[in-house]
Amino acid sequence: MSALTFTLKYRPDQRVDMSPLVCHHLQDLALPDIAALTLQSGKCKLRVDELFTITGSDAQTIVIKNSFAKLDFIGKELQGGSITVEGDTGAYLGFGMKSGEIKVSGNAGLYAACEMKNGYLEVAGNVGDFLGAALPGNKMGMKGGVILVKGDAGERVGDHMRRGSILIEGNAGDYCGSRMTAGTIAVMGKTGRYPGYAMRRGTLLLWNQPQLSASFNDCGAHTLAFLPILFASFNKLNSRFAAETAVFNRVQRYAGDMSEMGRGEVLVKL
Amino acid sequence: MIINGVNIDATFAEAFPMKATRAIITAQNEKWAMISAQAMTGFATSVIACGCEGGIERVLDASETPDGRPGVSIMIFAMGGKGLAKQLETRAGQCVLTSPTSALFAGIDGGTRIALGKNLRYFGDGFQIAKVISGKRYWRIPVMDGEFLAEATTGQVDAIGGGNFLVLAESQPQALAACEAAIEEMRKIPNVIMPFPGGVVRSGSKVGSKYKALNASTNDAFCPTLKGMTRTDLSPEIESVMEIVIDGLTKEDIAKAMRVGIQAVCDLGANNGVKRISAGNYGGKLGPFHFHLQEIMA
Repeated sequence: MSALTFTLKYRPDQRVDMSPLVCHHLQDLALPDIAALTLQSGKCKLRVDELFTITGSDAQTIVIKNSFAKLDFIGKELQGGSITVEGDTGAYLGFGMKSGEIKVSGNAGLYAACEMKNGYLEVAGNVGDFLGAALPGNKMGMKGGVILVKGDAGERVGDHMRRGSILIEGNAGDYCGSRMTAGTIAVMGKTGRYPGYAMRRGTLLLWNQPQLSASFNDCGAHTLAFLPILFASFNKLNSRFAAETAVFNRVQRYAGDMSEMGRGEVLVKL
Repeated sequence: MIINGVNIDATFAEAFPMKATRAIITAQNEKWAMISAQAMTGFATSVIACGCEGGIERVLDASETPDGRPGVSIMIFAMGGKGLAKQLETRAGQCVLTSPTSALFAGIDGGTRIALGKNLRYFGDGFQIAKVISGKRYWRIPVMDGEFLAEATTGQVDAIGGGNFLVLAESQPQALAACEAAIEEMRKIPNVIMPFPGGVVRSGSKVGSKYKALNASTNDAFCPTLKGMTRTDLSPEIESVMEIVIDGLTKEDIAKAMRVGIQAVCDLGANNGVKRISAGNYGGKLGPFHFHLQEIMA
């Protein structure tokens, strides 16, 4: 069976809610039924076949071609299967996804992997603000799984993050790891201002010395045994994080945010 | 059955069901991993009084351990799951947590999950940190030499304890030499431990005693100094008997260990004073697992 492929015919003016097009919703539907599904776009409802040319039949492997930055909620609450996006995506990519895999060849918008529960999300380009964060007003962001961003991430990466790993090969914006409850965020590039702002627990693993606020205390240089295990878990990723040269276990440890609970840590590669 | 002049008795070893677990101890080098492992499996020769039976399964190369450091795989056996969990936790807390540079990991992925570092984390007094990596939870407990890393749980599985065979020789040095040769070969077999000191026990027991307080006492039928005063099982030329006890995860594991052990003894042969191989059993009343020596060596 070939992948169920949605090729965008034209770029609508309004944003499109792509949440119905996930593997577990489509797996028992015939192609005509899938074509007849409607997608919310602004005030209108558009039939799927009005927007997309549909080919293939394997609903566990979905491909979205010609994607652009107004296709929101791709892979919303995904439960198994894989979605490959060729192009950019809009906001809320992989929103609340529970399992499975999403790969994006371009950039992703705001709130990618927002409140993600588990699974794997990979973005080859850049992502917007609030990667792996909680919705405004909610207290719990990403709860599990792995996010890999090969480009840069915006502000507030992992806001209210609870568990899981966010790996950023590029730079991260301001307030990276803000209000984290737990989990791991690794940034190979540079971080903006106020990393770990109000973090309670969790780990920021940084390759470059950040500009830390005064509420982070230096705990000294250490060799930490868990780091090789953490890196080993990245072995199978198609990423610089999987390279042998990326592995280290010697870090400078800063504890914080002392203005909050203070059980978090910023580990900076030595 | 006679192998290289050594008589293999037509008898069987009687073994019983136990619960088992495995843990992997790593450290800065093999020396310190071994020190920690020896401490953790110390005073764990017999469930009769130790609460569990434990031993070192094998030394692990750095490439085989979760954190890429040299390690040692240890196994602990107990009569029940509760007792096993208690022993594991106490021993991990007193012997591995305390051991310099050590880290502790699960050695069995499946089975019933029992606490490994899960409760040791409270030693961290609130400064401990949990990390879930690839679905496994680890605890980072701050200690004076840095951080003690321990996996939260390990697996508990059904197992078998009490596999054994007896080496009957013309002298004490010959019996010991034969047992040493056997242990050297048996340690190459995975999934088994020989819990007694050096793998060898010189005080095999029988069930019961003339003293009401004791439920086990010396196996007088195999005591050479009692040949003239008890219903002995020894012929006149036997001067020393030693036993090797084996605990293993499956019947096949124990049978395999017994086979290589007995073979190593037989390779020394009658010329080195080894006359007989026998086994300890209780007439089939104690345990459901019977290891017939002649079947194993066939």
